[in-house]
Amino acid sequence: MVKINGQLLEVEGLTIAQYLESTSYKINHIAIERNGEIVPKGLYNQTILKADDVIEVVSFVGGG
Amino acid sequence: MIPSREEMKQALTIRYGIKLPEKMAATRVAICGLGGLGSNIAIALARAGIGGLHLIDFDKVDLSNLNRQQYSVHQLGQYKTEALCESLKHIAPYCEVKIDTLCITKEHIPNLFKEETIICEAFDQPEAKAMLVEGVLETFPEKYLIAASGMAGIGSANSIQTKKISKHFYLCGDGVSDVSTGIGLLSSRVMVCAAHQANMVIRLIAGEIEP
Repeated sequence: MVKINGQLLEVEGLTIAQYLESTSYKINHIAIERNGEIVPKGLYNQTILKADDVIEVVSFVGGG
Repeated sequence: MIPSREEMKQALTIRYGIKLPEKMAATRVAICGLGGLGSNIAIALARAGIGGLHLIDFDKVDLSNLNRQQYSVHQLGQYKTEALCESLKHIAPYCEVKIDTLCITKEHIPNLFKEETIICEAFDQPEAKAMLVEGVLETFPEKYLIAASGMAGIGSANSIQTKKISKHFYLCGDGVSDVSTGIGLLSSRVMVCAAHQANMVIRLIAGEIEP
């Protein structure tokens, strides 16, 4: 299981890019941390989610 | 008559003791975006005795900004960096203000934040927010980053929080109130979010890492 924003999901084996395809996130509105380290967008295609990974998807809305 | 540097320092020391004002005076904070968030963060930190501010924005003061941003009618048409720098001189004359009038791209990040240990993301556009957060955390994982998302409208001020996302990354806001839905941004709620960011800056300077 992979913990994404506090929720346990069965997504191990998927790349971050594949996981995101199953969500409604807008890619250019988000930043992703994996086990406390930022994952640059260029690596979404090659970063494979592993069991016990802790993922934070920070999604930004407009305004400031 | 402008008070002397010593008088300004003394006024803070009377309230906060010696340690915090000394730490504040030794710190410089970068503020990216000088709209409703950034202009309020800058003023809050200047009043609290921050030693230096690095203000970055590409835009000019527009009439549509006055509903929430800390500018005056006489500053309409001025670059926000220059207008805010002028206002800060009247509030905190010994705060060292560095300005960069530019639109931050990913390429700027490695050279832009060499001298600051704390960076505030105060942009308006979600794409720019995501770009800055990703770029800063990738380039400077040792620096503190305090970003904001979700402060539009007149929802409860109590829904705006500071969250610690990872070791050096904090996020303020309600996470959902988008400027593009509803009635847009109002000064009061933007100020709540900006105050969260400024407060987290001061907490970090004081050595408090919890949100």
